[in-house]
Amino acid sequence: MIELDLEKIKRDVAEVFERYGRDPARMIEILQDLQDIYHWLPKELLKEVSRQTGVPLTRVYHMATFFKAFSLKPRGKYVIQVCTGTACHVKGAYMVLDQLKNVLGIDVGETTDDLMFTLETVNCVGACALAPVVVINDYYHGYVTPGKVESLIKEYREQQ
Amino acid sequence: MKRLNSKEELFKLYEELKKEREKEKRYIAVCNGTGCLANRGLEVFLAFKEEVEKRNLADVGVTVRGTGCHGFCGRGPLVVIYPEKIFYQKVKPEDVPEIVEKTVVNGEVVERLLYEDPATGEKILHEEDIPFYKKQMRLLLAANGIIDPKSIYDYISIGGYQALAKALTEMTPRGIIDEVIKSGLRGRGGAGFPTGWKWDDAAKHDSPIKYVICNADEGDPGAYMDRSLLEGNPHSVIEGMIIGAYAVGATEGYIYVRKEYPLAVENATIAIQQAKELGLLGENILGTDFSFDIKIVRGGGAFVCGESSALMASIEGRVGEPRSKYIHATESGLWGRPTVLNNVETWANVPIIITRGADWYATIGTEGSKGTKIFSLVGAVNNTGLVEVPMGITLREVIFDIGGGIPGGKKFKAVQTGGPSGGCLPAELLDLPVDFDSLDEAGSMMGSGGMIVMDEGACMVDVARYFVKFLTEESCGKCTPCREGLRQMLETLNKITRGEGTEEDIALLEELGEVIANASLCGLGKSAPNPVLSTIRYFRDEYLEHVRDKKCRAGVCKALVTYVIDEEACTGCHVCALRCPVGAISGERKQPHRIDPEKCIKCGICKEVCKFNAVKVI
Repeated sequence: MIELDLEKIKRDVAEVFERYGRDPARMIEILQDLQDIYHWLPKELLKEVSRQTGVPLTRVYHMATFFKAFSLKPRGKYVIQVCTGTACHVKGAYMVLDQLKNVLGIDVGETTDDLMFTLETVNCVGACALAPVVVINDYYHGYVTPGKVESLIKEYREQQ
Repeated sequence: MKRLNSKEELFKLYEELKKEREKEKRYIAVCNGTGCLANRGLEVFLAFKEEVEKRNLADVGVTVRGTGCHGFCGRGPLVVIYPEKIFYQKVKPEDVPEIVEKTVVNGEVVERLLYEDPATGEKILHEEDIPFYKKQMRLLLAANGIIDPKSIYDYISIGGYQALAKALTEMTPRGIIDEVIKSGLRGRGGAGFPTGWKWDDAAKHDSPIKYVICNADEGDPGAYMDRSLLEGNPHSVIEGMIIGAYAVGATEGYIYVRKEYPLAVENATIAIQQAKELGLLGENILGTDFSFDIKIVRGGGAFVCGESSALMASIEGRVGEPRSKYIHATESGLWGRPTVLNNVETWANVPIIITRGADWYATIGTEGSKGTKIFSLVGAVNNTGLVEVPMGITLREVIFDIGGGIPGGKKFKAVQTGGPSGGCLPAELLDLPVDFDSLDEAGSMMGSGGMIVMDEGACMVDVARYFVKFLTEESCGKCTPCREGLRQMLETLNKITRGEGTEEDIALLEELGEVIANASLCGLGKSAPNPVLSTIRYFRDEYLEHVRDKKCRAGVCKALVTYVIDEEACTGCHVCALRCPVGAISGERKQPHRIDPEKCIKCGICKEVCKFNAVKVI
């Protein structure tokens, strides 16, 4: 279980809310910034956002579940995003994705037990000329093939 | 930075900056667009900086400039040495000292880094002589390669913000709207609504508060021209927005940009800050009475937010669900105020129209579609990247002349345009002119400009399934035809690709498609069946093969294919057996190998690693 520092959550929410002029309409930005800090949006944090902004928790939760950028589950140290945009798809991204699932033993949206890797798909990162693309923590890997997957993962494991 | 209080001060600054730029004896433009950065472009840029510093070349007028996207992303990282415009491609950090020594210092050319025309084997020295660039007409992308997007001075040095100065001091709001109407500019976001008429409508509605919005939520997978514009030349977009705001009487603007585009967010944020410091945004712009400000909102990754009413809902702090549009946003949009929402590329066209005039602009393109359009030419094509072409050019010219045709001697099968709302066009339509109306008639659409080329290796049923899956996930769920209809379509397509489909399923898809198109609330649902209907229309044979013969001729649908080793071609090198993750391949060294179909998971690694092309998918 991940331990959450409730005091820190309070402070972070207050600070981010302040950044947007205490304007609850900037909810999408507020949640983005908080997600950048925590890499996910724990329940306690959403409650705190609701309390401080005065926006009903249902609305905050609606936003947090509607947009793909937000995660309600903890994510791993490395977030692997397989681009499944059209260009990547026709160049075999689905084969790469299947191989990542095999190697990591997890499905899309899941995190490995050691909290090292989270596997996600993303609908085009705008680097179509390099298809298929896999983005790992904002680093773009172009021309990935199923055969390169294992060594790629090994590389990140060893960085540890 | 010193605030500019009048048009004259802007022109004075321009003259100064221009002179300074002329002093540069040589400059090295290193592409810092996302495509090149992903290929170690940043290392190349830093290596140039270091090398130039080490040799004290700045003293003799050599500068290094990190620029926006040059477009030829498949060949990145790209480096252009000015003033000769020597074009180097696939540059590695290790090549940098040699380039500086030979080209920058001694004026010699590093042959091996030049682009080689695959057709003739000829090495090409200049960017503009490369076939990829030759047929293009780069109006919007022209500045991308020569300015540092993080420097407003760079933009001003090439004449930036002069269109704004002209608009504010020499034109009336009405005059600007008339000019844009006359230019024939149509929205580049997909639907192609005439921009001038949209502005005209917003201007007519009286309100103390009005908004303009830049839609940079480029959600179409396979399209990234908005990204490159906003990353590479953010001021051109901002300048367009300020002019539009002045024309319709808006005081506030928003740029809604995808969070997946961090560099675009960064460069646009810097650009707004710099424009404010120079008095080009904020109170009393260029010393006039006009005040206007822009904020950035980062989108949360929802395709439907590219739809205007959903986008506005999300700016207002709600989830991005569209509403029905019997009242236009130009009357009641963001927070119930008149709002003009245009796409990135549309805004970037505005300064060009103001500077060069509507008459000139209207000479480019076709009767119904004026100007240029940027496409992201990707997929199974030799030259991948961003291309800007005059409207009316044929698909063949784009794919074969600019794109250099299909790699690996394969045959062209289809080109997908218009993103998930578009369709797949077959070889018979290659001579179709690319404009709003022709594409619509053919069952596809312009969309935001993705152009994904497919060869024989693409299965059209799978492509349709891919788009429907995408749209099923992205449907906001508000209206039933879209939410449930797409789900049923996906289930049917899954059945077909699993080999369990029947001919009735094809008819069912057509019927469902018609209902979804007619009954959905917003553009997402209305156009969602396009990929399915267009592939059935042009590639019915392939659907029939899937349901009748249980075959996928492209070898894509995993349930319908088997991996086998061609015993004649196999040399028994054993590499495939070593790499197979499930141990499905057996055989003695130097003897033909075999794949156990029971164990095989069809991951494709054996095919990838075989040097003798012995692994076949049947």
